[in-house]
Amino acid sequence: MSGNICTEDILRISGVNPRKCMQCGKCSGTCPNFDEMEYHPHQFVSMVRKGQIDKLAASKSIYKCLSCFACVERCPRNVEPAKLIEAVRLAVIRQQGMDYMRPDDIPALLDDKLPQQAIVSAMRKYRK
Amino acid sequence: MKFSYYPGCTLKTKAKELDAAGRKAAAALGVELEEIENWQCCGAVYPQATDEIATRLSSVRALSAAEEKGQELLTLCSACHHVIKRVNEDMRTNADIRLRANNYLALEKPYTGATNVIHYLEMLRDRVGFDNVKAAVKNPLKGRKIAAYYGCLLLRPSKVMAMDDPENPSILEDFIKAIGATPVIYSQRNECCGGYIALDDKAAAQKRVDAIISGAVAAGADTIVTACPLCMYNLDANATKHVLPVQYFTSLLAEALGIVE
Repeated sequence: MSGNICTEDILRISGVNPRKCMQCGKCSGTCPNFDEMEYHPHQFVSMVRKGQIDKLAASKSIYKCLSCFACVERCPRNVEPAKLIEAVRLAVIRQQGMDYMRPDDIPALLDDKLPQQAIVSAMRKYRK
Repeated sequence: MKFSYYPGCTLKTKAKELDAAGRKAAAALGVELEEIENWQCCGAVYPQATDEIATRLSSVRALSAAEEKGQELLTLCSACHHVIKRVNEDMRTNADIRLRANNYLALEKPYTGATNVIHYLEMLRDRVGFDNVKAAVKNPLKGRKIAAYYGCLLLRPSKVMAMDDPENPSILEDFIKAIGATPVIYSQRNECCGGYIALDDKAAAQKRVDAIISGAVAAGADTIVTACPLCMYNLDANATKHVLPVQYFTSLLAEALGIVE
């Protein structure tokens, strides 16, 4: 389903230039959700540079970024890896029938204290 | 001192306490909060993509409403603050986003990023002054050991958020001192709690929360304090190893100012 996403889409959506990366690994070293990812922030940068979008688009890793901007803040070259992860996820969910979570899924996930903010975030991050 | 106030969706529902205590404390400090009329939810997550326009519009409407009144826009929820402050920066510095958002909104006066977005904590530090907060305290929280939890959204990216040193912040600790309590420093205070992933991957959120709470407990904290309703929920609901009371900073402020509910 992800074979029609090209590298240019990701570069355009993200506004990121992965060639600025000097491969120091600080983004992945500081990522608080590193353990949950198949591909880590530094791999998003290197794989987009190599045009390996299909592997990234097919991986659950695109739903594991916490959007906490630790990688963005601490990158010594201002590469902004989180924007690449966001761009790949968007390129996937913008396709017909590719929503990762739907409104109908929400009632089963609710509890008494869950803030509206959590639901709004999920609908912004997981569906189009 | 008067501000345009943007409460946001959660402060009208699950986080009413954050809002109510904030309003009462502001009034006690001589700060007037004028709620923006017909504000819309900010969307809770900042749209990082350069081609996302619709998801930026509610922030622009609020920013434009504050500009019309010639007021600073004051936020309380960490997520609203993050989203609106960053969209404002886009409107100020990104010509493509500015053009397309304005074409869509067709405001009487195009919005170009003139409004200053200020968080409630910054208002306390930079407009009221922590010394004056301290002077207004009637019920100092003596003996309380409070861990400041910044999380991710208030501080990063620091070039845009510009609230504090992103790696060694002090605004919440200074606030805690002003209300008479003792701040507790611990390792994870500016690392993410995994709040927004809690809906999809509860186990991952639990790991994050346990790392944060364990650190605060080990450092001797009796309370952890936040400005974010999602952190509040997550730190409370997804802690599996230790239990530590989580409070909004405005609740502590109202308590210290002697405002009875």
